[in-house]
Amino acid sequence: MSKREISLSINGKAHTAAMEPRLSLLDFLRDEVGLTGTHVGCEHGVCGACSILFDGAPIRACLMLAVQADGHAITTVEGLCNEDGSAGTLQDAFQDAHGMQCGYCTPGMLISAQALLAHNSDPSLAEIKDAIGGNLCRCTGYVQIIEAIQLAARRLREAGP
Amino acid sequence: MTAATLDAGGAGRNLHYVAQKRRVREDRRFVAGTGKFVQDIALPDTKHAAVLPSPYSRARILSIDSTAAAALDGVHMVLTGQQMAEDCNPIRLGLKLPDIKWYPLAVDMTRYAGEWVAIVVADNAYIAEDALELIQVDYEPLAPVIDPEQAFDETDLLVHPDHGSNVLYHGNFLWGDVVGDFAAADDSLTLRTRWGRSSTVPIETFGALARWDEGTEILDIWASIQMPNFVELLATTLGYPLNNIRLHQDVDVGGSYGVKRGIKQSVLVGYLSRKLKRPVRLIEDRLVNMAGGDAHGPDRIFDTEAAFSRDGVIKSLKIRALDDAGAYPGRAPFQLAKPISAIVGPYTINSVKYEAISVATNKTGQVPVRGFGQAPTNYMIEMTVDAVARHLGLDRLEVRRRNLIPSDAFPYQIPSGSSYDSGDYQVVLQKGLDLARYDELLQRRDSARAEGRLAGIGIATCLEPGGGNNIFEYLMDPTAEITTFMEACEVKVDPQGKITGMMGTTTSGQGHETLFATILGEELQIDPDEIRIVHADSLTALPTRSPVASRMAIMLGGAATGAAAKIKDRAMAIAAFNLERPVEDLEYAGGTISDRNDASRKLTWAEICFIAYRAYHKLPPGMEPGFHAQHVFQVPGGGQLPDAQNRVQIYPCFSFQAHIPYVEIDPGTGKVSVLDYAIAHDCGTVINPDIVRGMVIGGLAHGIGAALYEQFAYDEEGQFLSASFADYLMPSVHEIPDVKDVEHCTPSPLTSHGQKGSGEGGYLGAPAAIASAVNDALQPMGLSLSELPMRMHKIEALINDGPG
Repeated sequence: MSKREISLSINGKAHTAAMEPRLSLLDFLRDEVGLTGTHVGCEHGVCGACSILFDGAPIRACLMLAVQADGHAITTVEGLCNEDGSAGTLQDAFQDAHGMQCGYCTPGMLISAQALLAHNSDPSLAEIKDAIGGNLCRCTGYVQIIEAIQLAARRLREAGP
Repeated sequence: MTAATLDAGGAGRNLHYVAQKRRVREDRRFVAGTGKFVQDIALPDTKHAAVLPSPYSRARILSIDSTAAAALDGVHMVLTGQQMAEDCNPIRLGLKLPDIKWYPLAVDMTRYAGEWVAIVVADNAYIAEDALELIQVDYEPLAPVIDPEQAFDETDLLVHPDHGSNVLYHGNFLWGDVVGDFAAADDSLTLRTRWGRSSTVPIETFGALARWDEGTEILDIWASIQMPNFVELLATTLGYPLNNIRLHQDVDVGGSYGVKRGIKQSVLVGYLSRKLKRPVRLIEDRLVNMAGGDAHGPDRIFDTEAAFSRDGVIKSLKIRALDDAGAYPGRAPFQLAKPISAIVGPYTINSVKYEAISVATNKTGQVPVRGFGQAPTNYMIEMTVDAVARHLGLDRLEVRRRNLIPSDAFPYQIPSGSSYDSGDYQVVLQKGLDLARYDELLQRRDSARAEGRLAGIGIATCLEPGGGNNIFEYLMDPTAEITTFMEACEVKVDPQGKITGMMGTTTSGQGHETLFATILGEELQIDPDEIRIVHADSLTALPTRSPVASRMAIMLGGAATGAAAKIKDRAMAIAAFNLERPVEDLEYAGGTISDRNDASRKLTWAEICFIAYRAYHKLPPGMEPGFHAQHVFQVPGGGQLPDAQNRVQIYPCFSFQAHIPYVEIDPGTGKVSVLDYAIAHDCGTVINPDIVRGMVIGGLAHGIGAALYEQFAYDEEGQFLSASFADYLMPSVHEIPDVKDVEHCTPSPLTSHGQKGSGEGGYLGAPAAIASAVNDALQPMGLSLSELPMRMHKIEALINDGPG
């Protein structure tokens, strides 16, 4: 199958790559770029484990082809870390609230929460639930995840703009 | 273990790390996206496998033509069941059923829709899936047996004709004077309840990666596994000596809750990697996982008869449990045996008759699911208690209060032989009621009803057995004299004095590394953050089982405490020798050992470590150099075979919970909304509060799913109807209420710090509690449901069309 070349930004860095047009964006990120933080859950767009930010908006990487990302900017969970690799505010709050157990849905949860907090640092409970409503977690029952997002929001507000 | 550590018990001791809110160390890698799940492991030249599922629930395989698939560019091998059966043994089943042959790929016949009939290995998964489409299979479809009651009676239509019956197990147990108790009781009732086929459905499917190394003759396996006996099963199926296989247990497992058993998957990649002399991996896609990944849970019909006094005290139970194990039983039948350890729940029921039946049907095989059969049993018991209350016109809460085992009766032996270690059931129930603001909740329900809404409160008081010794196998198979299910660890102190703990299992979200480090830190008085925890592989690990059965706090906790005591004993011996003081005069504080009577006479941790590693002349005579300790911990309070009446101690510890949810039902659609949920929970000493709370609430959410949404459904032809997440419905954040939770601590007298199990409890009570709430909401209409899941269409039909 002939390959197509694309250029895109991943976590702030420019990438150029060639792939078969049928390669999913999820497989591209994991297998070609080596960013294995984005997880494979259902591959039909329901569970949200593969959530990434696509030009700042949360999307399912399993439902897009890599070639569709040509010219776009992607953020994965690895991109939420500070530049020195330490945990960002949201990641820190997830640790303090133990907003996870097995860690498999966690990257997707963080991406959805990041998308929410990027434009709303004082979300209501309903807004938080809507933001992570498309991310399934089988371990936590969501309560500590909600608490983690609330904690992150408070810290972001306290830190100021 | 020394007396000094045993008396620690949770209560009364000044704890520095245990029971304190501290970060969970595993979380650090998960938030950064640097967890190491099986799918993240890349070995050079790895080839990828994909499997071909059967479209029929029962069919003869007449022929398989894989010529075109094998010829596809990038394909390395196409393997069928016939070929593989020539080279490997059938996978060993839990019960000895020699005429049921379970192979990783179907041989001659398929026995459920989704069973794997062929596997392709290719350069990548895309090509492997292309090749699947080129495989031509000629099937002769046959009529399946789908209904478990039909399967039980059936003599012609057999899932495994050579076995001669669909019955995999049929046992009768009698504990106490059931006939006498029924004769003496004021009243009795019968009740049929059904637990639907659902499972834990982790977000990560099962995956395995294998590499055969010709130079060392070792088969390396990385897998998302949570399974005792896994390596043994792999070895016996492949026909290898056990020490040819090395399971890497430092793989993060993306959720399991019992089901990550992947034995056929691992046999396949192991076999293929040796054939191809390259690493081979198989990562199930979601469809394959749901239909043929061997990950379904219990599917059980209970017929229960209860005898009770007119004031609602239950005297005796007759229980018949018929469980649908699917096509290949694995360890499924044992899920009927574990509940024997808590067969009367938290109640003072005097005698029990228990008939347990496991049948095969043309459905996906059943595997252990969170609680190993206890969740369906708890559901049945709680439904029975509610039925007794309704029958007598008594309050459900009051009936429970009259039946709960009193706190001064522990240790309390139940008719089937279990001795419950400790409990404070009335107080925990009251804590739950206070948390729920029960009086206000009653008013809220009644106001809702007055406004014409369907509203209900659920009540469930349930047990969680933890830390078992596997003697339930013997109850079903007297040739299986298994009386231990040990757990071990090794603790090393290095020349710098730093500590490394080595555990011998994988972990799948329970925070075992944190648990282990916390207990070592507590016992050695060293900050757990300075302690490293590693997972030994199966060749280097000490005897361990796996993190099942709510056992790791009890068992790894016990092993860690024992090893820490040995480390301290060694340090004390070195100090005593060098300070020339008797051990009794010495005091250990944070690694430094000093004379109680003269604090200037002391040896620091660094000095002790130096002596241990470098100064043989300063070691007590006969002591080996170096500084490490191992401890193998036996299940406390057990280890004996059952007596002549089949009475036995299977689990040492019994945690308790009281669940009180509040629901409203939309009468037009039948939709149940869980609006509030209070849970009071007692697992003795909590090692890490965030971990325990997370598992309690997470289990509870999982139980809400099992009660209202989750079902692996089959049609009459055995076609599988729930293969995607659009069909198999799991609770999202919108289906889970704001849970209020409270802990109570009744320490176990049997464990290192008073801890009990906590990984299953939420799930073991929530289905019963939600069912209780739904039925409370339906009661004003004179309606009730007794079958899980209580999906909205069933409730809508009941409300609008009436029973039947």
